[in-house]
Amino acid sequence: MTRPVVSVDSLALRFGDRTLFEDLSLELAAGEMLAVLGPNGTGKTSLIRILLGLLEPSAGGVTIDGCPPREKCGNVGYVPQQRVFDRDTPLRGRDLVRLGLDGHRWGLGRLSPAGRERIEQALAEVGATAYADRPVGRLSGGEQQRLRVAQALVSDPVLLLADEPLLSLDLAHQRGVVELLDARRRSAGTPVVFVTHDVNPVLHTVDRVLYLAPGHWAIGTPDEVLTSATLSRLYDTEVDVLRVRGRVVVVGTPDDTHVHHVDEAH
Amino acid sequence: MFTDLLAQHFVHTALLAGAVVAVVSGAIGVFVVARGASFAVHAISELGFTGAAGALVLGIDPVLGMISGSLVVGLVLGLLSLRGRERDSAIGAVLAFGLGVGVLFLSLYQGYATEATNLLFGSIVGVGDGQLRDLAIVAAIVVAGIAVLYRPLLFSSVDPEIAAARGVPLRLLSVAIFLLLALTTAEAIQVVGVLLVLTLVITPAAAAQRLTGRPGVALVLSVAIALTATEGGILLSLAQPWPTSFFISAISFAVYLAARIASRSA
Repeated sequence: MTRPVVSVDSLALRFGDRTLFEDLSLELAAGEMLAVLGPNGTGKTSLIRILLGLLEPSAGGVTIDGCPPREKCGNVGYVPQQRVFDRDTPLRGRDLVRLGLDGHRWGLGRLSPAGRERIEQALAEVGATAYADRPVGRLSGGEQQRLRVAQALVSDPVLLLADEPLLSLDLAHQRGVVELLDARRRSAGTPVVFVTHDVNPVLHTVDRVLYLAPGHWAIGTPDEVLTSATLSRLYDTEVDVLRVRGRVVVVGTPDDTHVHHVDEAH
Repeated sequence: MFTDLLAQHFVHTALLAGAVVAVVSGAIGVFVVARGASFAVHAISELGFTGAAGALVLGIDPVLGMISGSLVVGLVLGLLSLRGRERDSAIGAVLAFGLGVGVLFLSLYQGYATEATNLLFGSIVGVGDGQLRDLAIVAAIVVAGIAVLYRPLLFSSVDPEIAAARGVPLRLLSVAIFLLLALTTAEAIQVVGVLLVLTLVITPAAAAQRLTGRPGVALVLSVAIALTATEGGILLSLAQPWPTSFFISAISFAVYLAARIASRSA
């Protein structure tokens, strides 16, 4: 077995006297897809921020491609939640993608032919070539998220992080974004960490699930973690995990939110 | 009469000073508008006025007082790097108090009231050779700053979340842009006055954003619109008895309106 791309070692995160998680250890191999699940406020986004080097853990450490996130041994692609761009934002689709390539470098920066090629390739990979020249503020949420994936891919990342990238997308676009991330990890072996409150759109592609509950966590395959026994243990109360026509529904979590709610609105 | 005026040295100086100020105002405006920081421009210019009024009381060069006032506010706003509503209310509170202090300074000042009027409404035709040289030096600093910071400045202005994930130092850039903005504002005050700085810093950039989705083109267009307004305004005020600041703001606003209408039908 080759060296893992991501190593998380005895990680703990506390804010004041509140512990979000502790003693969290896991490794991600090339090509692996990990879904991070759990209710709000359990540290899903904080985990992403630690992996990005934007947040210092309270204890333990993380290495990506062999070194701490801050040292940036390899690029990390990040796909955020869809946000509304101002209609007049002076940015075309291809400009958004380009920022992922060289937006962090100083100077005016002339785009090299090789850079131009990379951007075209990333746009083509996500099927966004047709609207690459339109201002991002006038694109649909689904189109924007495809560009976000291209923006993350253009730097040829060693790891992809996605934080609720499907939120406010319709089912067809949700499927599209998941397929793009899945395709990348299969073709280039880039592991994917996928934070989501609803596991169902990624259930068929994820290898493992990290479930963060208040104060406890569990990791394993979806069939190991998404069971009544495991979640009841995590929440320390009786929780039912139902499988309804291939979808996972969780009933009875203490905060009374149906974590993997079935959204029939679409 | 008009052609006689055109041959005058003070008119040439005014046109050159106007051009210098238009270039920096139009350029920085693109980033300010993209960050949604228009209100900050107003605050920086009003507190530049307070600084200038304070300098008058102390008997030192009002331009020096103005630059100091603008820089202090720019530095504070940049360090706070607030966003959204919190920033608006904080700016409003500081601005109102600063202006009150400016009023106090003016009442303490025993000199000519025209100096105060010039600060508030501009005095482009009063620019001397030494002042033009100073304007050019400050402008060169601002242009160099924008050129060096261009890509990360754009990245952090239009897409701060991903910029942070890519390691762009957001706070540093926030301080940098507000300091450059403070210098620009101090320049623009000398042409259009405290109350009309927005007409050179915000209006051209807002119009340019309407006309193009390309960041580089938006910057060039914004500079072109600011140049047209300033030079056109100065020339018109030679032929008419009305104030230069009025013509500059009128041209700037006319272009903005035209841009809105044109982009609506596009």
